[in-house]
Amino acid sequence: MRTACVVLCLSVLVACGGRSGSRKAIQNKGSDTLVNVAQTWAEEYKKVNPNVAVAVSGGGTGTGLSALINGTVDIANASRKMEPKEIELARKHGIEPVEFIVGYDALAVYVHAKNPLPSLTMAKLAEIYADGGSISRWDQLGVDVPDAKDSKIVLVSRQNNSGTYAYFKEAVLGKDREYRMGTLDMHGSKDVVDLVHKTPGAIGYSGLAYHTDEVRMIPIAKDDDSPAIIPCEKTALDQSYPIARPLFMYSRGQPEGEVKAYLDWILSDAGQRVIADRGYAPVRPLPEK
Amino acid sequence: MGAAPEIHPRPAAADRRDLAWWVDKSVAILVFTGGISAIVFILGIFVFITKEGFGFIFGSLDIGGFFGSTKWRPTSTPPTYGILALLAGTASVTGLAMLIAVPFSLGAAIYIAEFAKGKTREVLKVLVEMLAAIPSVVWGFIGLMVMNPLIINAFDVPVGLCVLNSGVILGLMAAPIMTTIAEDALKAVPDTYREAAEAMGATRWQIVWKVVLPAAKTGLVAAVLLGVGRGFGETMAVLMASGHSVNLPTSVFDSVRALTATIAAELGETSVGSDHYRVLFTLGILLFVVTFAINLTADLIVRGIRKK
Repeated sequence: MRTACVVLCLSVLVACGGRSGSRKAIQNKGSDTLVNVAQTWAEEYKKVNPNVAVAVSGGGTGTGLSALINGTVDIANASRKMEPKEIELARKHGIEPVEFIVGYDALAVYVHAKNPLPSLTMAKLAEIYADGGSISRWDQLGVDVPDAKDSKIVLVSRQNNSGTYAYFKEAVLGKDREYRMGTLDMHGSKDVVDLVHKTPGAIGYSGLAYHTDEVRMIPIAKDDDSPAIIPCEKTALDQSYPIARPLFMYSRGQPEGEVKAYLDWILSDAGQRVIADRGYAPVRPLPEK
Repeated sequence: MGAAPEIHPRPAAADRRDLAWWVDKSVAILVFTGGISAIVFILGIFVFITKEGFGFIFGSLDIGGFFGSTKWRPTSTPPTYGILALLAGTASVTGLAMLIAVPFSLGAAIYIAEFAKGKTREVLKVLVEMLAAIPSVVWGFIGLMVMNPLIINAFDVPVGLCVLNSGVILGLMAAPIMTTIAEDALKAVPDTYREAAEAMGATRWQIVWKVVLPAAKTGLVAAVLLGVGRGFGETMAVLMASGHSVNLPTSVFDSVRALTATIAAELGETSVGSDHYRVLFTLGILLFVVTFAINLTADLIVRGIRKK
């Protein structure tokens, strides 16, 4: 029995060793928003080029960029632009990050399915979320939300180092305002939607792709004079939806060899179809199939 | 060991290097490594967190703002590191957990040690220990999926992830440990005390209340303190059940955020060496100091009993 085990272990070792000679591995890590798409890309790419294995993990934009800076991944996924501070830190480590926009994400504002709120303007949304903002009850918006105690708005947000948190703050609150105290800070895009589904008086923001039947997306208007726009692939791409953001991949230096081939494939029609199927907007309109 | 007395005349036996000798030697080394490793690890952890944390304490710490402000915004520009709300979160959750756990676990301990007999006693002891073995993430999941809608419906409040939710969960988590230790303390009271009280015509309850509890007082305090330490350091369940919301609670239905949960949620996504990274280690030092003080006090109290 024991001999069999040893032989098995050895053969596995040999197999792995033998494989690493011909198979190239690409390490890919970062944004939770992108992790599902990145995984699908990795799986699809296996069919295109079986000799390249792409290892994908999530953890958040901050984690991915840290790993890129520390030199442990080839590609970092990010749901926000790299900050000058981070680029500087990368250069200190001898790494020149190169940026690719791989798609667009509309940040949807979710409420409970029973919430009758028809639409929101960006200014109202800021008053709801900002520190010192004037709106803290649903009746101030003229709606009566069933089961919401005291009509209180329960704010659902993200942990402070998620790219989604940073982008929502920048796009909705602006540079000078902070989030209100007492937001429920969830640790993942899906957790936000889950909590909104479980809490009648809640409002939360999360990626378009996390929509479920149990929550409602609120149409958002740029200002009082503009129409309220429902977030979708089309409105994200033509930038008519006001909270849409580009999604990034960062490579370690100008990409070469297999990493370059992988990124080229992601930006090709085939790769872009994957991200479109996942509920995000591709970087350009795709030809009809 | 090499100089074992010569029992057999054969020269080989004088310096036996057979299988048993090797096994003996290697087990001795293994056990020694195991024993010493606890010390090495605790020192290593201490050095690691202080090295990272002191960088912040001596660099950019503003004591008044650190302990006095509720604004925990480490990723804003400029960042603010106020932990008052986090301290309040940890304190409120731990406090409520103790309010729930102390009567329950002392009651359970008294019942198991003084009243229960035979099979009931054994079954109860095993069940209490099994309760202690439930992973904290499972407790957190119960808080998130079961308690949350329950609290919303039962108390008609906007959100069920709050002090009450995490306090109940944490109380249930701390109770088994407190029960086990408290029961040991009660068992440590010599039977002669009980017999003497019984000889004077005391009832069962009089014996427990007037004789056994006062005699086991220090051990019971130690049990409670260990429970407090458990509550203070618990992370996962609190992270999931408290709502993870920077907030000064004014009622048990307010969401809060604990120190431990903050470290767990944020450490993975900060770049190594940044102020944010270091301030999280400073929180770690704070936790380390507090739990160390609590455990040390409990330990000293327990030792006090043993000496008696």
